[in-house]
Amino acid sequence: MEKFMLGRKAGMTQLFTEDGTAVPVTVLECGPVSVVQVKTVENDGYTSVKVGYGEAKEKKLNKPAKGQFTKAGISAKKFLREFRTAESFDVGQEIKVSDMFAVGDKVDISGVSKGKGYAGVIKRYNQRTGPKTHGSMYHRRVGSMGANTDPARVFKGKKLPGHMGAVNVTVQNLEVVLVDGERNIIALKGAVPGPKGGGILEIRNTVKSGR
Amino acid sequence: MDLVKALEQEQLKNEYTDLAIGDYVKVHLKIKEGTRERIQIFEGTVIARKGKGLSETFTVRRLASGVGVERILPIHSPKIEKIETVRKGRIRRAKLYYLRDRVGKAAKVKEKLVAKK
Repeated sequence: MEKFMLGRKAGMTQLFTEDGTAVPVTVLECGPVSVVQVKTVENDGYTSVKVGYGEAKEKKLNKPAKGQFTKAGISAKKFLREFRTAESFDVGQEIKVSDMFAVGDKVDISGVSKGKGYAGVIKRYNQRTGPKTHGSMYHRRVGSMGANTDPARVFKGKKLPGHMGAVNVTVQNLEVVLVDGERNIIALKGAVPGPKGGGILEIRNTVKSGR
Repeated sequence: MDLVKALEQEQLKNEYTDLAIGDYVKVHLKIKEGTRERIQIFEGTVIARKGKGLSETFTVRRLASGVGVERILPIHSPKIEKIETVRKGRIRRAKLYYLRDRVGKAAKVKEKLVAKK
C-alpha cells in the first residue's frame, strides 16, 4: 500500500524507547489531510489522489482554486499535493497520520532544505581547506581548474562556488518512532530537511527494500 | 516548539529535582542479562549536571581500586530505577571537575550538615 502524509517540522529532541535507549527524533506536526480529488484511469489515464493540508484564507485564493474545494465540500487548504496510489479514497475524506503510519514503519521524507546562500567549495562540496598557517595563503580557495593546453577549457560540472541549499531534498529510510493521531504528531528517527515550522514536507513509505 | 516540549513532558521524571552537585548517591540501574533483569548499584559523587529537558544528564564519579570511574547517565532514562542520596555535599562550584586531579582524602567532598528540625 502506498502511504503518504503532509506535515511541518516542529523541532528535534530525543525520546527514550521502552528498553531505555535514547533515540534522536524529529517531531512533525502532521495532517490531517483532506482528499480534494481522486484521479482514475478512465478520467485521467492514471490513478492518484490529490490532498490538501493547512487552513488557507478564502480571500487569498483565486476562483479556480476555491472551486475545487467547494466541489470537494471541504474548507480551503493552503497546500495541495498529489500522490500516486491505487488505493480508493472518497472525495472530502479526512486522513490522519495514524491511519497511514504505524510505529516501526520506514519512510522517505521530501522538502525544501535550508538555504545557505552563496557558498564556497569547502561548505558546498565538503572539499578540504588549504593549510591555515606557514604562509600558505591558500585557505578556502577553489583547487585546480584542470589541465592546461589540453583540453584548454574547464570541464562542465566542475565543482565551484555558488548558491547552496533551498532545493528539494529527500531523506530516505527514516524509522517512525511515535505516532499520535489525536494530536496529529509523528516522530521520525533522524533529521529532516528544512527549518522548524517551515515549508511543507511530504512523507511517503520508503522506496528502499526491506521495509 | 510546544509540540516538542509536550512530547518531552510525557517522558520526564520529576522526582530528581533535589539531586545536587556534590551529593554522594547510589544509582540503581536496570541491567538486562539475556532475559533476566537485575538491579546494579553504581555509587559515587555527582560532579556535574548538564543539559536541560529530556536530554539532561548527570555525571557520577567514584574511585574503584585506585582508578577513577565516571558514568554519564541521562537523568530521565528509564534504565534508572531510582537514585538514592546517601549524603549531601558542601560545595562552591557547579562542576566538580577538580576532583579528577585529586586522590585520597583530598578527593572528598565535605558533607553539608542540614539543621535538624
